[in-house]
Amino acid sequence: MSDISLAALAAQVFTGLVLGGIYVLLAVGLSLIFGLMTVVNFSHGALYMLGAYFGFVLVGRTGSFLVALVLAPLLVGVFGLLVERFLIRPLYGRSPDDPLLLTFGLSLVLVEAVRMIWGKFGMTFDPPKVLGGAVNLGFTMFPLYRLFVIGVTAAVLIALWLFLVKTPIGLVIRAGSRDPLMVRALGFDLGRIWLLVFGIGSALAGLAGVLAGPMRGVYAEMGVTMVIESFVVVVVGGMGSLPGAIVAGLLIGQVVSLTTFFVPKMAEIMVFIFMAAVLLIRPSGLFGEAGLME
Amino acid sequence: MNRRVFLTTTAAGAATFAFPAVLRAQSKDPIRIGFPAPLTGPFSAIAADMKQGAELAVDELNAKGGILGRKVEVLIRDDQLKPQVGAQRTQELIEKEGCQFIVGGLAAHVQMAINEQTKKAKVLFISTSQSDEISAKPDTSPITFHEALNPTITSRVVGKWVMENLGKKWWIVYADYAWGKQNNMVLSETNKKHGGTVLGNTPYPLGSAEFSAHLPKIQAAKPEVLVSCTPGADNIAFLKQVKSFGMHQQMKIAQPLHWISVAKQGGPELYQDIYGGMNFYWELQDGNPDVKRYVDSFQKKFGTPPGEYGVYAYSAILEVARGSELAKTTDAEKVADALRKSPAYNHFKGKQWWRTCDNKSFQDMWILKGRAPGKTKGDWGLLEVVSRVPANEEFDRTCAEKGLA
Repeated sequence: MSDISLAALAAQVFTGLVLGGIYVLLAVGLSLIFGLMTVVNFSHGALYMLGAYFGFVLVGRTGSFLVALVLAPLLVGVFGLLVERFLIRPLYGRSPDDPLLLTFGLSLVLVEAVRMIWGKFGMTFDPPKVLGGAVNLGFTMFPLYRLFVIGVTAAVLIALWLFLVKTPIGLVIRAGSRDPLMVRALGFDLGRIWLLVFGIGSALAGLAGVLAGPMRGVYAEMGVTMVIESFVVVVVGGMGSLPGAIVAGLLIGQVVSLTTFFVPKMAEIMVFIFMAAVLLIRPSGLFGEAGLME
Repeated sequence: MNRRVFLTTTAAGAATFAFPAVLRAQSKDPIRIGFPAPLTGPFSAIAADMKQGAELAVDELNAKGGILGRKVEVLIRDDQLKPQVGAQRTQELIEKEGCQFIVGGLAAHVQMAINEQTKKAKVLFISTSQSDEISAKPDTSPITFHEALNPTITSRVVGKWVMENLGKKWWIVYADYAWGKQNNMVLSETNKKHGGTVLGNTPYPLGSAEFSAHLPKIQAAKPEVLVSCTPGADNIAFLKQVKSFGMHQQMKIAQPLHWISVAKQGGPELYQDIYGGMNFYWELQDGNPDVKRYVDSFQKKFGTPPGEYGVYAYSAILEVARGSELAKTTDAEKVADALRKSPAYNHFKGKQWWRTCDNKSFQDMWILKGRAPGKTKGDWGLLEVVSRVPANEEFDRTCAEKGLA
């Protein structure tokens, strides 16, 4: 291979890192929710979309991207709390299909509601001026904003990690996902923990949405394919496994990016081929524990 | 004839002559025109423009007494950009709602599904989608008409202009479905014919929002012109990402088409110096009275200038009306014959005509360029006219090439 294509390949890996970052943010939330609550949250894509819309509105109102970046995920998180408290909670103890159908229905309602409020057209908002340009990485010109996305994703993941590993609540969350019955027996109110986890997962989806908005535009259907791809990431990583979601998200980002480089027509399907291959070798995913779904 | 019959017939006759045409139109069953379009999804902005064009045409027709003295209704349905939904909506429009005509369709693959239904039901269809197949064998039919430009015409015209004015080394990015593939093919041919090189062609799935993975390779190849066939909302995401990678400083960007509703969403910064072809642009009203009349009445009704797909809908519906009046019936074959027998028309921008061998409309088109931010004319004046290309049947494939000799 010539030098040019090596440089292009390096650029390709960088591009894949950003794609992977967005997948990771979505998949970590999904996986967290599934691991603890065994709820397959089909409204995750709609929450991602809501994050982008809230970001759009907040940037318009306040003129500050930073405010939007902080506030929009919080708003989506609060919305997630309400969804858990009033919609999902009554379904605990019933078949896992029930919350799945409920969240699927919720995603349809949200998409339609957004169309009613903000119209059927897409919208755009720009990254802050300081992050607007492209930087020369030596091997390619790369958008500064995309580097920023990598940075924010990494920072948020480290913060989440510290929260789960170093704080007492994090300890209970991790224990709850291992053995909810025992955690209950020790006197913890798992209802509150579930509420919190659903809120955190939603906020992460919202964050992914705000971050994606300036790159991809904002439109009501933006979460529809993302939620499917994020589920692929969760399944590849192992349902309920956080390290799995992170590793799988980054891997899928590279799969998409490199397939696009070599055989663009295969990029979409390759994600699923990759999933099939992983599941053939490790039926519970890369980091998954057998038996969680039973 | 007894006295009673005499009285009722004369009274009815008197009423017929005395009442204004508008009232008479309302006294009979209306003529219904079914209109499938992708009202939701990445083409929603363009479909909204089509909806308005259709509504304006129907308003104007009814103000003049409708078609054949009957009121006209247009029934607009969301095809969701899916061929099976388009087919289903069309079938419902014809069978359940009793539409005599179908006009519309925006995405080429959905429009083909609509056409299958209209052919089966023997209903006249005027397509407003950009498609090569619709006016060629095996898809076309004697009752299938095509009002819009097609990829062959736009890509030959824009491709030639780009070769002469912007550069000869290209990279083409195209949405991987009927319209995109056809443009890619014709653009590549046009480039070759004029002695250029296509350094690469990149297909991507229609409706994508993420293009970054395609871009490093294009950057490294250093084309003179990046030709983008990225319709609807894809166009905004694509240009945003291309510009964020700084590629607009390294190469020119051209597209077979501009869509003003999409450009308005994207804003002047995004569309600055982007070249593209168009069948219509509202600023053409300067010096063109036909365009001015249309822009004025559209603006009066909707408060915004019209876009380039609304005019297809508008013109196609007026052609349904013209054909029906000429044929004095709504029978599909007779209306089609009437349109072929007097093929010339002019509804909004100057002379157009149906080529009788393939029912394809021929019309002028223009090359436009995005204005710099600060130089735009209001919210909608993002583009400036660079060149006019008069209608010419030679830009399309011949009827023999389409299998219709």
